[in-house]
Amino acid sequence: MQEKELIPHLFRTEYRKIISVLCKRFGIEYIEVAEDIVSDTFLLASETWGLKGLPKNPIAWLYTVSKNKAIDFLKHKKIFTGKVYSDIQQTTLTINEIEIDLSDKNITDSQLQMMFAVCHDCISKDAQIGLSLNILCGFGVEEIADALLTSREATYKRLSRAKEKLKAENVRIELPGLSDIHNRLETVLTTLYLLFSEGYYSTSQKTTLRKELCVEAMRLNVMLIENEQTNTPSANALLSLMCFHASRFEARTKQNGDIILYEDQDEKLWNRELIARGEHYLIHASKGDKLSKYHIEAAIAYWHTHKKDTLEKWENILQLYNRLLQIEYSPIAALNRTYALAKANGKQEAIIEAEKLDLITNHLYYSLLGNLYSDVDNKKALSNLQKALALAKTVADKKIIEKNISRLIK
Amino acid sequence: MEEFLLVFRSDYANKVPQQSPEQLQSMMKPWQDWIGSLAAQNKLVSSGNRLASEGRVVKPQNIITNGPYVEIKEAIGGYIIIRASSLDEAAKLSKSCPILSIGGNVEIRAIVPMD
Repeated sequence: MQEKELIPHLFRTEYRKIISVLCKRFGIEYIEVAEDIVSDTFLLASETWGLKGLPKNPIAWLYTVSKNKAIDFLKHKKIFTGKVYSDIQQTTLTINEIEIDLSDKNITDSQLQMMFAVCHDCISKDAQIGLSLNILCGFGVEEIADALLTSREATYKRLSRAKEKLKAENVRIELPGLSDIHNRLETVLTTLYLLFSEGYYSTSQKTTLRKELCVEAMRLNVMLIENEQTNTPSANALLSLMCFHASRFEARTKQNGDIILYEDQDEKLWNRELIARGEHYLIHASKGDKLSKYHIEAAIAYWHTHKKDTLEKWENILQLYNRLLQIEYSPIAALNRTYALAKANGKQEAIIEAEKLDLITNHLYYSLLGNLYSDVDNKKALSNLQKALALAKTVADKKIIEKNISRLIK
Repeated sequence: MEEFLLVFRSDYANKVPQQSPEQLQSMMKPWQDWIGSLAAQNKLVSSGNRLASEGRVVKPQNIITNGPYVEIKEAIGGYIIIRASSLDEAAKLSKSCPILSIGGNVEIRAIVPMD
């Protein structure tokens, strides 16, 4: 790899590791110091590597430089605190105090602990997602703003407010204790789920960036699975769900970023390896006695890996949606349930049920009605699709509805 | 929005005793679809429970009888809690309850909060 591509690549893979280790070592109150140290290290790398050529082992170089900078900071801090509180303690440094442990094990542990710190209930979900991308995935402010469809300024503000809050709450960078880990893990899983969805369902035309969000969510989820304490059935169910969805990534977008609907996808483009991994994690997910919404959503996604329409498939999907809605209502689950109802019990029953949903501000509601009325009452189908078109906000959504309208009046 | 308890009553005592898994499955589907429909309308508060046919009735003077009321063919078989804007809407939502197709009925009662 050339130096030009190497540094951005290393930034993506190593930034998060060093920052986690340093935050863990310094404590959350010095998060900006840790960020500065890692940024300075990369800045120095781009200056010196360009002049003197690449070091033999670039990663080791980065670790050494950031380690030295960190030790300098700790010495400085120690002397400063020593001077201020000179009567309390002597200022001699012990070896232990200046240790910066960049071993594989400590890197993995620190990243996992950092994940829990960043996904803390004291900050909003949006902030958790932003900070995860920033600290755990090495995304810059601009990339985060692009990925989450917000402005740079808003993202910057959101991130700094979140950091201030974590400091104010003195959130500890550690794995929660046994009594607390279940609830805290729940929050982490929700954030990963949203991070993945952000990439998967985003209307951003930047396909590569969207895919990266999904890959990052999966990578973080794998870290949970690889640790004994966080390798829970729910974590496996969530990863299984992500694998099944991600298996369709190549099949669901056109070159220009347009979405290809499920029924129109080329099955041959589905990633068999990811489907197999999804099945593997789903089996591991079934080892507990608690049925999470991720279990049900993974099972629904599993059935969608079978392209052929069978009554068995849709009856199973319908029953899974019936259960999912009992755990947690959401308009999208209600709409999908009604679609499955049409496939399993017939359109007549589904139309009656769909009218009851009354989600009159949601374009997907009218799209569903348009779909259900097609070939039953094409006039009603058309008027519903037109309502959907009027409500749709994004170009991608409008394109899909227009396509359905043209199919209908052909 | 108020909450309502729906109580399902039917003649459980004279039910067919043994059911094959397939029969049970086909008996359950209308219930699952009906509860799923309520949940899809965001009208379900609790999926409630089914009740076993056996029971005891405790009365004053230390009298304990085998229940439920064998003389009444309307034994309680289960309950759910729903959300509705009025008693009328709750009644409307109950019209498609599968208990009605096996000769049972639904009793609807508004829940009065405890404070």
